[in-house]
Amino acid sequence: MEGNKTLASTTVSNRDLKPPNKPIYQMKRNIWKEMKKNYSSYLFLLPKLVLFSLFIAFPVVWALVLSFQEYRVNGSIFIGLDNYISVFKSEAFMIALKNTALFTAVTVPFNIISALVVASLIFPLGKISQNFFRSAFYLPTVTSMVIIAMVWRWMYNYDFGLFNHILGWFGIESINWLGQSSTALWALIIMQCLIPFGVGIIMYLASMGAISNTLYEAATIDGAGAIKKWFYITIPLLKPTTLYLVLLSTIGSFQVFTQIIMMTGGGPDNATETLVHLIYKTGFRDFEFGLAAAQSVVLFLIILVFSVIQFRMLRHDE
Amino acid sequence: MNQQKRFDKLNKALIYVILFFFSIVSLLPLYWVFSTSMQLSSYESPEMERPISYVDSNPPKMYPMGFKLYFEHWGEAREAEKAGNTEEAQYHRDQMSHIMNNTFSSFVTLFKKHDIGKWFINSFYIAVVVTLGILLLDSMAGYVLAKKRFPGRNVIFWVIISTMMIPGQVTLVPMFIMIRDLGIMDTHWALILPDLSMVFGVFLMRQYMYSIPDELLEASKIDGASEWKTFWTVVLPLAKPGLAALGIFTFMNVWNSFLWPIIVLNNADLYTLPVGLKTLQDANLASFKLLMSGAAIAAIPMIIVFLIFQRYFVKGLTLGGVKE
Repeated sequence: MEGNKTLASTTVSNRDLKPPNKPIYQMKRNIWKEMKKNYSSYLFLLPKLVLFSLFIAFPVVWALVLSFQEYRVNGSIFIGLDNYISVFKSEAFMIALKNTALFTAVTVPFNIISALVVASLIFPLGKISQNFFRSAFYLPTVTSMVIIAMVWRWMYNYDFGLFNHILGWFGIESINWLGQSSTALWALIIMQCLIPFGVGIIMYLASMGAISNTLYEAATIDGAGAIKKWFYITIPLLKPTTLYLVLLSTIGSFQVFTQIIMMTGGGPDNATETLVHLIYKTGFRDFEFGLAAAQSVVLFLIILVFSVIQFRMLRHDE
Repeated sequence: MNQQKRFDKLNKALIYVILFFFSIVSLLPLYWVFSTSMQLSSYESPEMERPISYVDSNPPKMYPMGFKLYFEHWGEAREAEKAGNTEEAQYHRDQMSHIMNNTFSSFVTLFKKHDIGKWFINSFYIAVVVTLGILLLDSMAGYVLAKKRFPGRNVIFWVIISTMMIPGQVTLVPMFIMIRDLGIMDTHWALILPDLSMVFGVFLMRQYMYSIPDELLEASKIDGASEWKTFWTVVLPLAKPGLAALGIFTFMNVWNSFLWPIIVLNNADLYTLPVGLKTLQDANLASFKLLMSGAAIAAIPMIIVFLIFQRYFVKGLTLGGVKE
């Protein structure tokens, strides 16, 4: 408790109230004393902080620096905005941006709406059925995307794949899903839509459990049916969850990579090139480190803009 | 009223039908992994001109044909034995053993000709090491950030949290250069060290540690316990559910991690399962039975972990949202 008191004398609000009656150097000594007294706290933090600085903070700063440089083993040279100019001038980047945006624009709303619908259908069920369906929809989420991509590549196979066979039942001709540029991106989009958004379903279920029953009872007395209640009570009250999930899946969707490298390699003809796959190719196939760094900073800025917009919407509501 | 009840029942049945349909869509790919991995790839009988493979037959077989044919031959072998026709019985016995061998042949191939056993062990021990490390480091950091007051606490917390917004791809290139200059390229250190630096767990553990009552910490202090002892004997046991959730998600993320490992690993002896699967696919683009067997081996551990620790998955997700 004594510790709290001494700390209070160093907080901003107290200093604002009355001017310090001690010289500045003594206040600094107070902080120093505080730090000494709490040395064990710093020791607890130390290992994580060292790793964090080395493998996260430092590389982030370096990436920024690198994006203005041409990388050379014996000393990189500054080239100003050249990397960024080449990023926006390159056709491949524009295609990757367009593909990633289309992928996100279709899959994120689809996944979130279907998660909401599935969660709403599961929620009123008994405990056993709830658990069963929750597992059924969450299981693909714990499975590595590498595995999922491998099996979808097999199911999309032109000659022997499951999907062309199912199309055959309805008399539709086989489609070369991944092998032609007109369908390849859509094949990946369909795949993403049909993998259930397990995280979303579980979060929606948890949020639905927190909605007070009295609201529904009142609505029932007013004569509202199930669908009306869903639109006027459930959906508005789930809005914070929805916004969080939109943010989460937009960020994830902009980073789509595993499916691309496992199923199409960005082809045919760049038809399925995405931002992260392009960064991977630029950095680790062509070894253009500066350019790859600039691309990744642009990716970060795009994600940041989306996040800020979505945070604003969230705050606006509260 | 009666009509209303009937309507409700119909509604409920409809909901179950819809959910079952969605579950089938959800689980079909996983089912197809296991089904293809055990599909009969070479079968011959006197009526056939040449051996056929059910893996790429048209129309595709919806389940492993080996199981069905095995029981057919078993039945016929028994009948032949009853009739005293030892030659025919022997033929069916041979077919049975051929079917059994063929059904699981690609699993045997994966272990004998490819290094999947090694990849499995690599993946497993890296995931365990990182998970244990993360649990220790993040609970230490989360504990002091939640429960102690010291200069710089808020700054440290916000700096750490703000980097959670930065996509991992931003650090790929600098990390690659660093790992190379440190001389640990193509070693497991190149995977373990960056994984141990992930900060999500600090955030999660800090949230969780808030719920630990201060009185317990005070009491331990009064008893003369050192900071470390308090942490080890009071804090950690109370944080068990949070630790379980964090541990499971860390294990899953490391087990499934892909982008960074394919960049830093070149030596086939060091591959983790996802990297191994990629090279397996690159080398055997059309051997779907083999590929699906590899996928099955990689999928099984996570499925088991999920089924055992299901409630912690739910807990972890609702505790603070999880970065995928």
